[in-house]
Parts: sequence; C-alpha cells; structure tokens
Amino acid sequence: MMAMPGNAMSIEQLDRLAREIRHQLIALSCHAQSAHLAGALSCVDLLVGLYWTCLRIDPHRPSDPARDRLIFSKGHAISALYCVLARRGFFPTEELLHYNEEGSRLPEQPSPGCVPGVEWATGSLGHGLGVGLGMALASRIQRAPYNVYVVMSDGECQEGSVWEGAMLAPRLRLGNLTALIDFNKWQATGRSDEIMAMSPLKAKWDAFGWATREIDGHNLAAICDALAAPRPADTPLAIIAHTVKGKGASFMEDDNNWHYRSPTVGEVERARIELNQP
Amino acid sequence: MISLAAGLASSGLRPICYTITPFITTRCFEQIRVDVCYHAVPVVIVGTGSGLAYASLGATHQSLEDLALLRSLPGMRVVAPADAMELRSSLRAALAADHPTYLRIGKKGEPVVYPEPPPFAFGEWREARAGTRVVLLSTGTLLPVALEAAANLAATGLSPAVYSCASVKPLDSTTLTRVFRDSEVVLTIEEHNLIGGFGSAVAEWVVDQPDPVLARLVRCGAGDHFLHGPGEQDHARHLHGLTAAAIATAARSALSRRS
Repeated sequence: MMAMPGNAMSIEQLDRLAREIRHQLIALSCHAQSAHLAGALSCVDLLVGLYWTCLRIDPHRPSDPARDRLIFSKGHAISALYCVLARRGFFPTEELLHYNEEGSRLPEQPSPGCVPGVEWATGSLGHGLGVGLGMALASRIQRAPYNVYVVMSDGECQEGSVWEGAMLAPRLRLGNLTALIDFNKWQATGRSDEIMAMSPLKAKWDAFGWATREIDGHNLAAICDALAAPRPADTPLAIIAHTVKGKGASFMEDDNNWHYRSPTVGEVERARIELNQP
Repeated sequence: MISLAAGLASSGLRPICYTITPFITTRCFEQIRVDVCYHAVPVVIVGTGSGLAYASLGATHQSLEDLALLRSLPGMRVVAPADAMELRSSLRAALAADHPTYLRIGKKGEPVVYPEPPPFAFGEWREARAGTRVVLLSTGTLLPVALEAAANLAATGLSPAVYSCASVKPLDSTTLTRVFRDSEVVLTIEEHNLIGGFGSAVAEWVVDQPDPVLARLVRCGAGDHFLHGPGEQDHARHLHGLTAAAIATAARSALSRRS
C-alpha cells in the first residue's frame, strides 16, 4: 500500500515549495525559450497540493496498477508538471535543463510516457476528462481502488467533449474521479469569459450532477481541504479553482502577453527577488 | 466514448466501440488519432452500416471517407470483412492483437458468403474464386457483387479470379506481388470514395514497387460527390457505378485496351 506523501508538510512549507517551483518554471521558460509560462504558473499550487498531500503515488513504482492517476489535460502548461514530477523524484531534476531540447525526454507538450509520472499525452484540449473517465471506470471494473484526477484549464471547458464527459461521469457514479479547473480567466487570445459564456462555471458543473467546490486556487490550505474533504462515494467532484494567470511575478500576473512570451534573464532575476528565492 | 475507451484500454481492458460508421470515425477522428493511436492502446472500433448501407438515411449516415482517414493513422489496422462470418474471425483476431483496429462492417442482413468463419490474419487476403488474366480485389460487403461480376465475365469466356480483401491495412503484399505479376488487369472494388480508400492503397503499393508491375490497375469505387436523393443501398451503388455490370464492363474495357 502506498503511503500518502508528505503528510507532515505544513501549509507554510507547501507555500515555500510552490514559490521555489514558480522560480524554477520562470527560469526554465527563459532557458528553453518556451511559451505557455503564465498558464503553468497559475496551476502550481494545485499541483503542489495534489502531489504533496493527496496522490497515492510512488516515484519508484510509477506504473503501479494501484497508483492514483493524474491526467494533466492542459498539456501546454506541462512544464509545471515536469518541475513537480522531478521534485517528487520521478526523474532527475537536472534533466529539466533539457526541457524542450531536441532528443530530450521533455517535449514542450508531453508525448505518451515521455517521462515516468506523465500518465497521458495531452496538448489538444478536451481529451483528458474522457480518458480520466475511462481510467476511473477501469478502477471499478478491475476492483483496483484508485482515484483519478484531471487538471483542466478554463479555456478547455469550451470544448464540447468536456461536457460529454461531464454528463457521463455522474451517470457512471464515478466517485473516484475529480476534475480540477484552473480558472485563470484567460485563454490564448483573450478573456475566456468574453470569448465564451464561461460563467457561472460552478453552476454548470452543479447542473451536470457533480459535487462542486469553488476555492482560491492559490490558497494551499483551501486546496488541501478541498482535496481531503469527505465527499459522496458515488459522485464525481469538480474543484473550480480561481487562479491568476502568471501568478508569482507581479509583472506577469493577469497579463496575457505571458501566454506566449518567455522571460529575459533580467525578468527572471526580478521574479527571483519577488519570489524571495536565493 | 473513444477517449473513455482509450482510458479503459490503457488500464488493461479490451473495449469495443460500436456505432454507425460516420459517428465513430469522422466525427471523433481526433479522439481516435490522439487518445487511441498516439497512445497505441488496443481499442477496437466497429463502424456499422459502412459505405452506402444506410443510403436511405442520406449522406449524413453514409461513410465513403472512413478508410482514407483511419488508414492514415499510425498503428491503426483497418479491416472490412465481407460478411458476418468474416467479421467473426476478424473480430477475434482484433481482440487477440495488441494494437488498435478499425472494423468496417455492414449493417445487417447482407448476403453471407462464407459457410463458416474463414481463417483471418492481418495482411492476408482470401481467394474467393480462382481464375486468370483478370483479378477482382474486393473489400467489404461488395464481395457478392464482385463474384457476380466475375460470373458475368465468365459468361463471355473470361475466367477472373476474385479475392476478399478484408485487411485494408496492412495490405497483402504477397498476393499483390503475385496478381500484378501473373495477370493482365487488376480491379479494386470498394464502397468508398476513390480518393484515399482501398484502391488508393493498392495504387500506392504499385508505385512503391522497385520495378514496374505488369498488370494494369483499375479502381472501382464511389465518385467524389455526395448523394442527395432518396434510395436504398442498391440504388446508391448503381449511382456510384458499383454494380456487377459496371465492374464487368470496366474489366473488359481495360483488358481490350491491353490487347
């Protein structure tokens, strides 16, 4: 049986970890000249909450059939997951320096099994929830009690396939399925709420029959509480996490230029100071 | 459905996805491409009422593009069985394999050609009628039409061979090598657009050969247009030139130009 990781970590320690990862991500985007930094920064706290307080995983046994699965459906922000997986011991941290490099195991959007811990190749939005449904259903069919978590973006919720999955999961009574929506209010070309009628997002998931929680996606206490709170055994859970795109560096926060931009060395230094990193 | 099936298959289960062909191929092509083929999980996709089987329901329910799309996907095997018996054997083979498979089948009530499930292997075709000079390569439920075309040709003194080519991907290169070496005219017969289907796959094989092949290739398939009016499958086949008479005429015409 796999132990719950890092139960001993305090919220303060988790916050510190999230800041370290943000600094690492910003430096990595500069180093690799890669896009999608801001959407990676917005989901760091969610991933820290998941990987250090919730997921039953063993980095030394990444294919354990009993492991919890996390599908990172917003594949464009995979650098955040790479940093988290490396820190959790799935692969050497030094390998991050080869992110987005020809011949490396860390493509800009993940390929199947590119590194241990990446459960699914994503990048085309709207696929992760359906796959998560399949894995959650397999858990029941095979009597292997694991949980499935799907991290999605708010822009992704504009894909029709998301709502097909949203409609089916309660019907299948998939109480082992959790969708986390990184609601950073932006997508590639503008405000997600101006491009589509996104709001009220929670009411939509409610109406589809999910248990829902609406939280501050940068409040680790709230994240841990939402993940750990008792929930109906046969109802999927949607956590709508309000986040800020570019969270962590004041000059990136809520500025959609950082959907595609990568920082200069000087900007990495500014962010380092703001994040209080050595 | 397709993404869910990919999730099941990645967990070690063997899902079969089934519905009317256009709704499980063209409609969800990206899910098949990304979740099934990119991840190389053994999902079996069954499209029913393929080609013109649902002709009377209009072009929305017809599928004349699915072979082109599905065979273009890396790792996907594509099978169009001739009848219910060949479906049985090919489904068993698909479930025993560790790769994705697309089974393109008829609706129901099509003529049964084989008395029992014939042996099936990916990349192996079955000779349904022995013959010389002219070879009819038929895929899917057109096999009875191909056999009728052969009988029609036989009545005029020819002796065409007929193959049931269920395995569209991979092709049977052994049989192709033999028939293009030993005969004069090879016809492909498919209930699919001539663009990208079975005949196209054979044509690709022909141009990829290191030496020119001896036989002439003639492709019989659907034209590049939608059908708009009402009508059953036989009527729709007629409009696309997929009748025994039209196929026999095409064979005779190609043969006469060679001699």
